[in-house]
Amino acid sequence: MKQRKGLSTRSVVATGIGAAVFLILFKFVAIPTGIPNTQINVAEAWLSLLAAIFGPVVGGLVAFIGHALNDAISYGSVWWTWVIADALFGVILGWAVKKMNLTNGDLTTKKLVGFNVWQLVANLIAWSVIAPLGDVLIYSEPATKVFLQGFVSTGINFVSVGILGSLLLVAYNKTQVKQGSLKEKD
Amino acid sequence: MNNIFGYQPGKSIIHQLSGGTKLLLFLLLTISGMLSFDVRYLILLMIIAVVGLKVAGIRWRNVSTIVKFVAVFAVMNLLLIYLFAPQYGVKLFHSQTILFGSGRYALTLEQLFYEFIVLAKYFFSLPLALIFLLTTNPSEFAAGLNKIGLSYRISYAVALTLRYIPSVQQEFVMISHAQQARGFDMSSNVPLRQRIKGAFGIMMPLVFSSLSKIDEVSRSMDLRRFGKEKKRSWYYEQKFKKQDWWFLLGIVVLVVIEMLLIKVTGSRFWYPFS
Amino acid sequence: MTLAIKMSDVTFKYDSQSEPTLHHINLNIEQGERVLLSGPSGSGKTTLGQLLNGLIPHAYQGEITGDITINGHNIKDMSIFERSFDIGTVLQDTDTQFVGLTVAEDVAFALENDNVAHNELFTKVQQWAEIMELEDLLRAAPQELSGGQKQRVAMAGVLIDDSPILLFDEPLASLDPASGHRMLALLDELQEKYHLTVIMIEHRLEDVLQHRLDRVVVLDKGMITFDGTPDEILKTQALAQYGLAMPGYLQLLKLAGVSFDGLANITDPARIAGPDVQEKLQVLDNSVNQQNQRDSSVAEPILTIQQLAFKYGKRALFESVDVTLYEGELVALVGKNGSGKSTLSKLIAGFIKPTAGTMTLTGIGDLSGLSIKERADYIGYVSQNPNEMITQSIIYDEVASGLRLRGMSEEELKPRVHDLLKLAGLYGMREWPVTVLSYGQKKRLTIIAVLALAPKILILDEPTAGQDYANAQAIMNFVQDLNKQFNTTVMIITHDMSLMLSAAERALVLVDGQLLADQSPASLLNNQQLVEQADLSITTVHELAQQYGLSNPAALTALIGKG
Ligand SMILES: Nc1ncnc2c1ncn2[C@@H]1O[C@H](COP(=O)(O)OP(=O)(O)OP(=O)(O)O)[C@@H](O)[C@H]1O
Ligand SMILES: Nc1ncnc2c1ncn2[C@@H]1O[C@H](COP(=O)(O)OP(=O)(O)OP(=O)(O)O)[C@@H](O)[C@H]1O
Ligand SMILES: [Mg+2]
Ligand SMILES: [Mg+2]
Repeated sequence: MKQRKGLSTRSVVATGIGAAVFLILFKFVAIPTGIPNTQINVAEAWLSLLAAIFGPVVGGLVAFIGHALNDAISYGSVWWTWVIADALFGVILGWAVKKMNLTNGDLTTKKLVGFNVWQLVANLIAWSVIAPLGDVLIYSEPATKVFLQGFVSTGINFVSVGILGSLLLVAYNKTQVKQGSLKEKD
Repeated sequence: MNNIFGYQPGKSIIHQLSGGTKLLLFLLLTISGMLSFDVRYLILLMIIAVVGLKVAGIRWRNVSTIVKFVAVFAVMNLLLIYLFAPQYGVKLFHSQTILFGSGRYALTLEQLFYEFIVLAKYFFSLPLALIFLLTTNPSEFAAGLNKIGLSYRISYAVALTLRYIPSVQQEFVMISHAQQARGFDMSSNVPLRQRIKGAFGIMMPLVFSSLSKIDEVSRSMDLRRFGKEKKRSWYYEQKFKKQDWWFLLGIVVLVVIEMLLIKVTGSRFWYPFS
Repeated sequence: MTLAIKMSDVTFKYDSQSEPTLHHINLNIEQGERVLLSGPSGSGKTTLGQLLNGLIPHAYQGEITGDITINGHNIKDMSIFERSFDIGTVLQDTDTQFVGLTVAEDVAFALENDNVAHNELFTKVQQWAEIMELEDLLRAAPQELSGGQKQRVAMAGVLIDDSPILLFDEPLASLDPASGHRMLALLDELQEKYHLTVIMIEHRLEDVLQHRLDRVVVLDKGMITFDGTPDEILKTQALAQYGLAMPGYLQLLKLAGVSFDGLANITDPARIAGPDVQEKLQVLDNSVNQQNQRDSSVAEPILTIQQLAFKYGKRALFESVDVTLYEGELVALVGKNGSGKSTLSKLIAGFIKPTAGTMTLTGIGDLSGLSIKERADYIGYVSQNPNEMITQSIIYDEVASGLRLRGMSEEELKPRVHDLLKLAGLYGMREWPVTVLSYGQKKRLTIIAVLALAPKILILDEPTAGQDYANAQAIMNFVQDLNKQFNTTVMIITHDMSLMLSAAERALVLVDGQLLADQSPASLLNNQQLVEQADLSITTVHELAQQYGLSNPAALTALIGKG
């Protein structure tokens, strides 16, 4: 099959449906941790799985579209700096784990650790650097406030992706069958 | 009708603008409002946004819930700012006028002025977003994105998001019930470990059914030749009419005003009381 | 004339499988033919379809040997896009087929992708909307349509291409009987008018037979086991061996002792004729007339629903529904698409809350105070869509998960899970991931996962839709066993009239949120008006009975159900 320019149909659909799922998880599934106002973020775990399967472009677009739409529908305004930070998280993670083959059916502990190191890096860049910096430069919000918010988000997202994202990766790998491996047993 | 935006059909001039124009208006206005810290300009935008609400014929009862919600959210954010940076306004505007109190949390005119600006930002962007959401047919949205220059593949991805939000939501609710029936406990009075397990129990089916949906939908789109041509036509075609050009011209004028204001003031921050 | 489809010695193996799924397929289909492709679940029907429309190898990798030509073009040289002009596909699941935000956009989708000019696009959409009676729905979103309407949208979106060959994968699976017949009748018309070649993958032979059908091809384990006319396959009397259900009227004739060899018009119950048909049927009819009386032991109510009301948003679906389920009974809930059957079961299972009314479970009391989880200990609900229910990635774990969550130990649950897996024909695959199962296999998996919890009341939402004959039988036998042995009360939602007649003692008819009837299945089908109102259809036994002036079609149907 000839590969045409631009996104493949599968990536287009992954972006579209991925963003819809992202938005629903963002809006409806939050696990309270017991600390007020901090919830385990299930949507980011979904995003990390998509980034691992479909790569940086889909990862970035899903976060961008899903986050921006959710902002618009829920808050009536889009907080662009956080939208961009989220998209960046998708891109960095997708780009970093692309070569690691996380989704081909044999997920080793080493790969899983690699995934978590990269998701920490991506979270740090997105939430502790880009988002607060953007808030200060563009929205001119006080630095102490936005950096504190940024650090809290980094921690929450790291834990969310670390737990739920890793679990999803493990489960996904179980569904990936190796060539010629399906055989009925009695 | 697909209605995740809460689209209300109508005959106003804003309804008749093409989706592409409305999107451009919305983006340019929010971005210029986001960048500006000039009260005069923000008030101008607020007036435009409120007039827009009137012209579009949007009723209070359609929007009251979200307005109240945003109000609470905005006040919380204002308090947070005060808590973390009570003298931020002083730093921004290089002057200090203490109204009462003393020390770190002394209330200054500058801080009040700054927080008023932040509030103004919320209350101009909210009406704008409401106008955009309530007058734009979601079907025209994707075609509009394509019209203003985004590739048709990404535009269609957005269309798919809008198409599948209601389905995913329905499915999500159904899954959550089916899982509770199986014995997953989702209430908040169980230990965290179990809550995570519960959420995971909903997530798993949603994730796998969404992944298989991705495969099935892309197959069905392949079978109907999505991505075959360089360009794609749209059933809800977007043609710019005369009024579209007038509105776009209006935006250009507003952007020019903003730049002039910044030039005259010498910075994005304008403070009348120093 | 060139053949529409020519497959010579085609063998296909999915990359992930160790054995080929299709073996040495030789199949020629002529222009304008209507072919039914049938066979047991997992026999490779969908796979064969995908070889034709190009999804293999476009979306699924595997090894293909042999030659396939479509309309004289060798498919080796054709991309999936090029093939779509020759062969249009209507998928099994109309929800994934529907990619537009509204009906109009979905119908236009293929032409939009060809970058057709807007005027032409608009005219063609109007034209096909008229033909398919969709004009009033052009602005409707998918979630506002009933199953039957979605089916018509899917057809319009494919027919708009003018492709000469149409491939349908289980078009009838979730349609009510009347909509199914309307769809097939529409297809008769379109086929006539546009000289289409139609290939239909379907388990419901009895329904398809009542419309135009030129050929039947049966697959089993990836090989063609039968290829001939409907007459031929019916006369073999060995339908079960091909994984197909024998139509009701033929079962009756067989029971009456009629020999099939001398029969004329064997595919049409209203015109079937033979030397000894009248005489033998009369004998049978008389014999049932005498033993008509049924024992009517009074059962205890187990679930009492009173004045139940429910709204979806502003639209009231139920205003005041009263239903009583009795202990140990097997009851069928029938009615047209979109009449509220699934909604009623969700109300009972506690997934949604009624706006008014009460539900009382004998021995437990009012249900409104119980959470979904608590209700599930008494009431098991298996939803229509299997994808909504599956939580685990491995088949075995899926069946075991409910038991594990209820604290049962691994050794204790293992035999139970194995028994259930054998029952569903999934035992050999117990370590496979769920994702490779066919739709029918997934559906069976979700049923046994709920059965594992051994509820008092079991609600099955269309358990046999999309199932082959043997599996449908196996599921029903199992459910009937449960019902007899453990006195489990069972409510089955179904569009299959023969299943209702053979399995249920009582039928509830729901139409547009109102309970129109509560009576025996047999008497229900004798009521012409009710049948029409509820979009049901009379069975072929009734047609046969009308033709031969038999007095008691209902009892006769019940008879074949038992046999
Ligand atoms: N993508 C796939 N990868 C590997 N194996 C597959 C795949 N799709 C189907 N199979 C296997 O091929 C066999 C035939 O499947 P297919 O879907 O063609 O059956 P079917 O006759 O259409 O069944 P049903 O009536 O249940 O729809 C099954 O055993 C199935 O497990
Ligand atoms: N979540 C929902 N929101 C709004 N309307 C709904 C929802 N679910 C169902 N409906 C509507 O309620 C009506 C009853 O739907 P339901 O699914 O109960 O029908 P059904 O009898 O099970 O039909 P089928 O035989 O096609 O499965 C339909 O008109 C449907 O469009
Ligand atoms: Mg199939
Ligand atoms: Mg239903």
